[in-house]
Amino acid sequence: MVNVIVLIKDIVDLTEIKVDPRTQRPILAGLPRKISDVDKRAVEAAVQLKEKHGGKVAVLSLGDDKTRTALREALAMGCDEAYLLKDPAFEGSDTLATSRILAAAIRKIGEYDLILCGEMTLDSLSAQVGPRVAELLGLPQLTYVRSLDLKEGRVVAERDLEEEDEVVEAPMPALVTVVREINEPRIPSLMSIMRASRKKIEEWDREALGLSEGEVGSAGSAVEILEVRAPKMERKKMIIEAETPEEAAERLVEKLMEEGVLR
Amino acid sequence: MTEMNGSSFRGVMVYSENPSLLLELLAAGRGLADKLGAPLSAVLIGGEVGGERREEAIRHGADRVYVLENPRLADFNAETYKAALLRVVEAEPPEVLLIGGTKRGKELAPRVAAALETGCMTDCISLEVDEEGRLVGRRLTYGGSTVAEEVCLRKPQMATIPPRVYERPEPAERRGEVVALEVEVPEPRVRVVERKEKRRAGFRIEDAPVIVAGGRGIKKREDLKLLEELAEVLGARVGCTRPLAADYHWLEEWIGLSGHKVKPDLYIACGISGTIQHVAGIRDAKVIVAINSDEEAPIFNIADYGIVGDLYKVVPALTKALKEKLGK
Repeated sequence: MVNVIVLIKDIVDLTEIKVDPRTQRPILAGLPRKISDVDKRAVEAAVQLKEKHGGKVAVLSLGDDKTRTALREALAMGCDEAYLLKDPAFEGSDTLATSRILAAAIRKIGEYDLILCGEMTLDSLSAQVGPRVAELLGLPQLTYVRSLDLKEGRVVAERDLEEEDEVVEAPMPALVTVVREINEPRIPSLMSIMRASRKKIEEWDREALGLSEGEVGSAGSAVEILEVRAPKMERKKMIIEAETPEEAAERLVEKLMEEGVLR
Repeated sequence: MTEMNGSSFRGVMVYSENPSLLLELLAAGRGLADKLGAPLSAVLIGGEVGGERREEAIRHGADRVYVLENPRLADFNAETYKAALLRVVEAEPPEVLLIGGTKRGKELAPRVAAALETGCMTDCISLEVDEEGRLVGRRLTYGGSTVAEEVCLRKPQMATIPPRVYERPEPAERRGEVVALEVEVPEPRVRVVERKEKRRAGFRIEDAPVIVAGGRGIKKREDLKLLEELAEVLGARVGCTRPLAADYHWLEEWIGLSGHKVKPDLYIACGISGTIQHVAGIRDAKVIVAINSDEEAPIFNIADYGIVGDLYKVVPALTKALKEKLGK
């Protein structure tokens, strides 16, 4: 038996982002949202553990009313309980404040053996929430995990590092962050989608979590985003003028020889 | 330590478990320390830390080197190394704390930041101190399609820096102080059972020195042959944008935000418009060539060399010209 809590975030669909050519800022408003890809694989990993060892999976997300769609999807994939952490005061939370809110909710749920989440969400790419939550809850952390199992009450994982792979084990409770390669998430059946639509989503606000105003949102954050833009690429931007394709090709070859990129 | 208290935090401190990255951090740290008019210190953690590493850090810009040795620190572990770093921060609270952005560094930094109740900016591609003395970092967000400028409002102001963002400084004969600190280290709870070298799954497009890629300017599957012929002369791999793989299934994998991120010496984009999703995957290419019939295509804004023209004419001409030049 294993009790797992999975942390997920619904983020804007990155394939839909376009840049405003005038301001060079990305247009994010009104974009559809979905569960961040790596987080979805954390949900799949949690459900697989439950199917193998018994127990239950709770899914937890900090968000707004639209986040319910993501939580419903996680329920349809096999999670048993869903919690939405929602409060206007949570807006503007950075990783410091977000981790506090998540840790408070995990404490309130109380019983768990494992916390699972993606190594990072693809919008912020900060890769901090997992280790921060582990620190706040005093848990050992197993990061960048690409395969995961339980053995004699301990968690055993294979980690994907730069130069090597590492097999590690730790006592539970523990926090695990997974990488994209861990699995292919299932596509829920119509039956499970219907069952999930009848499940209750528990909603907790700041007061329910016993957090002060200064601990959450912008007030409880340490990093402020000043600006987001399309990246400038320092490129030569030289258009090769020529009368014919053959002439253009020859001039390009000369340039590439000068660059030293032909072998 | 939650409150900003300007007077009690001083100097710039850098740490990486990767010796070569530590030297790069010293380059980043030296610039910030000089701007702040404050000392630069390096942290060395291990079971035993050789004397040459202390000297090396000083020669590469450190004014002070903190050494923490303990048998329990022989192997990297996020919890024990966190304890070691917290010990240094407590002894000499820095204004700025930079950690090398390896995978290990990036599991350590947020744990340290959480313990110190401060902020940390992940994978900064540039760092500077603004007029108010605040640390401002630039980093990629939204899967690499945007750059965010962020500022850290609490101290220590933390950031991680990936390898090869800063160049290792030239060593010089300098003076520096070495401070050894005793540290109590908890028994590591995560135990390493086995370490194995990475499985190398064949040849990956990430490692290709030259890539010829096609986009929606390619009208049908058979026409990929034009790219293959060019690739053969160049010793290149053929790649494509998302629609050609995900929608048309002409190739199995694509280059871009949701696919492979590549860094060849030469990237030749044929009939690729240049969406930010695709560009996110080729940002690190050394030279980008764009061939497109639409002179307004955004790909020309991020290319080094552009040919405005029909790829069905330009690509074969390029193949022929290269054959002659390279004598193949």
